[in-house]
Amino acid sequence: MTQKTIRQALHEALVHEMRRDPRVVVIGEDVSGGAGTAGGRDAAGGVLGVTKGLIGEFGEARVIDTPITESAIMGAAAGAAVTGLRPVAELMFSDFLGVCFDQIFNQAAKFRYMFGGKARTPLVIRTMIGAGRSAAAQHSQSPYHIFTSVPGLKVVVPSNAYDAKGLLIQAIRDDDPVVFCEHKLMYDLKCEVPDEAYTIPFGEANVVRDGDDVTIVALSRMVHYASEAAETLAKEGIECELIDPRTTSPLDEDTILDSVTRTGRLVIVDEATPRCSVATDIAALVADKAFGALKAPIRRVTAPHTPVPFAPGLEKLYIPDPDRIAAAVRAVHEYRR
Amino acid sequence: MQLNRESLVKAWRDMVTIRRFEERVQEEFSKGGIPGFVHLYAGQEASAVGVCANLGPRDHIASTHRGHGHSIAKGCDVTGMMLELFAKQGGLCAGKGGSMHIADLDQGMLGANGIVGGGPPLVVGAALTAKTLQSGNVAVAFIGDGASNQGTTFEAMNLAVVLRLPAIFVFENNGYGEYTGAAYAVGGHDIAGRAAGFGMPATKCDGDDFFAVNEAAREAVERARAGGGPSAIEVATCRFYGHHSGDAQLYRGKDEVRRLREDHDCLKHFRRRVTEAGLLETHELDSVDAEVATLIDQAVAAAQAAPSPDASALLTDVYVSY
Repeated sequence: MTQKTIRQALHEALVHEMRRDPRVVVIGEDVSGGAGTAGGRDAAGGVLGVTKGLIGEFGEARVIDTPITESAIMGAAAGAAVTGLRPVAELMFSDFLGVCFDQIFNQAAKFRYMFGGKARTPLVIRTMIGAGRSAAAQHSQSPYHIFTSVPGLKVVVPSNAYDAKGLLIQAIRDDDPVVFCEHKLMYDLKCEVPDEAYTIPFGEANVVRDGDDVTIVALSRMVHYASEAAETLAKEGIECELIDPRTTSPLDEDTILDSVTRTGRLVIVDEATPRCSVATDIAALVADKAFGALKAPIRRVTAPHTPVPFAPGLEKLYIPDPDRIAAAVRAVHEYRR
Repeated sequence: MQLNRESLVKAWRDMVTIRRFEERVQEEFSKGGIPGFVHLYAGQEASAVGVCANLGPRDHIASTHRGHGHSIAKGCDVTGMMLELFAKQGGLCAGKGGSMHIADLDQGMLGANGIVGGGPPLVVGAALTAKTLQSGNVAVAFIGDGASNQGTTFEAMNLAVVLRLPAIFVFENNGYGEYTGAAYAVGGHDIAGRAAGFGMPATKCDGDDFFAVNEAAREAVERARAGGGPSAIEVATCRFYGHHSGDAQLYRGKDEVRRLREDHDCLKHFRRRVTEAGLLETHELDSVDAEVATLIDQAVAAAQAAPSPDASALLTDVYVSY
C-alpha cells in the first residue's frame, strides 16, 4: 500500500465512483475552475484541490462548474438526486450553509419523510470545516452539530485518509443525503490507503487506541490532538481509550457506551462551539444510558462559545489542544467522590 | 397549434377537477375535517392545466404552497390527494406531508412546498438530471409573484441559463403575496422582464385564457426539449380565495372577488370559447362536470372513511437506511 494524503484519497474516491456509475456528477464553485477565463477549464483545479483533473476524464457534463450561488447548487443537487442522479455537491466552506440552509434543511433532508417514504435523495455535500488558518469567523467554523441535529441527514467527519476514502465512497453509494465534513488543515495528512475502492459503513466508530482508565471521544482533527495527549498520559501511567466516531449521524452509541462502562470516565473533544453540540449530545447519551458506570463527571474540551477569532494568538486559544485535553483527562482520572 | 378534441376534453376535465376539488376542500376545511393550513388554487386553473398539458409523466414540476392545482394537472390521483389533506392512511404522502408537501414522484410531481422560493432550485436539479441523462425531459417551476422576489428564484434562473438547462419558470402573478399586493412588493412590476434579464426568452400571457397559456408553454417546452435552454412565462391570474382557507381578506377591494369571478373566470372563458367555436358541445362539458362531481364526492367519502396513520408511522421513512 502507498501513503496518500486525504486530498488524494478523496480524489480517488470520486474517480472510482464516477467510473463505476455514470449518474455520479460533481457540482460546485470552481470544481474544475477557470471556466470563462483565458486559462480555460481546470486552470484552477478546485479551491480544495480534490476535484482537480476530473474534468479531463469525465467532461463538463459531469464536472459542473457553477457560479457562486450556494442555494442553487444545493437545490439543484437535491433536485437532481431525487430525479435520478447521484450528485456530489461542494459547499466550499461549511460556513456558507448560512446562505443555502433551506435547500439542505427544508428540502433534501425532508423529502423522504414528507413524501411518505417515496423519495430517495442520494446526495453528498462535501464541505470544509475547521479553524487554524486565521480565516476568521466566516471561514473557520465546524458546524457539523447543526447538520447532525437534522433528521434526514447523515454526517461524516473523517480524521484520516483511509477513512476519508472509504467513507466518501460509502456516502456516494448511500441513498440518503450525506454531509461530508473535511477539515481544512488535514488535506495533506498522509496514511496508507489502498488503491482499490472500499467502503466503511456509517455508524461504526474506530477505536484508535485501547485503554482502561479514561475514555476519550474525539472528532475530526481533534482525534490527532487527543492521540498526542494520550501518548503523554501513557507515560504518566494513564491509559486512554480513544474513540473516533467517524460519523456523528448515525452515531455508534454502543462503542462509546461499552467503553465508558469499562472505564467509568469520559472526556469528549470537539472543535465546535460547546452549546447544543456533538459533545453535549454524547455527554447526554452517556449520562442517560451509562450513569451507573460513571466514576467522575463527564468533561468536554471544546471551543469557547464565541465566533472564531482572526488573530493567530487568539485562534490558538480557541482551538482545543493536547495540553487542554491532557489536563481534562488528568482531572477526570484523579476525581474521587 | 390546434388541440384535438381529446386534449380539449382532458383540459376541461382537469380544470373542473381543480375547481371542484378546491371548493370542496374549502367546505371540508370549514367543517374541521382537514387539519393544518390549505391554500386554494381556484381561479388559476388555466395556468396549471395550460402548462401541464404540454408535459408527460416523466417531465417534472415543482409547485408552491398553493399546490393542489399543479398536482391535479400533473396527474396526481385525486383520491390520494384528498386522503392526504385529511391526514389519512393511503394519502399520497401517507398522511405525513399534507397540503403544503403534497407530492408524487411517480407522476413527476416534486412537491408543493412550504417554503416560498423553495422549488425553483429543485427544478434546476431535475432539469440537470434530464440534460445529464439526455432523457429529453423538461422541468417546470411554478412560482408565485411572492417567490419572484426570493433570491433562490434568481439563483435558479441564472444557473439554468449558465448550464443551458431544459427548465421553464412559470410565474403565476395572482396579484398577492400573502396579504400584500404585488403592486407594492414586486419592484419594477415586471417579472417576465426580470427573467429576460437573466438571458432567457420570457413572455407574458393572460391567465384567464387557457389557450394563451397553453401556447406560451408549448413554445417553451419545445425549446427546452430541443436543447434551447430555459424560458420564463408570466401568467396574469387571480385567486378566488384568500391566501389560505379562512383568510378574512380584509385587504381586498369591495366586490373585487365577485368581479373576478364574473369577468376573469378561466373556466367560463374556456367553456365560452370552445362552444362558440364549435369545438365541444355544451352537453359534453356538462357530462364531464357530472363525472367530476361524482369523483370529488367519492374522494371525500374515501378520505372520511380512511383510518389515520398508525402510530408506528411516526418513526418510519426518515432515512432509506440508518
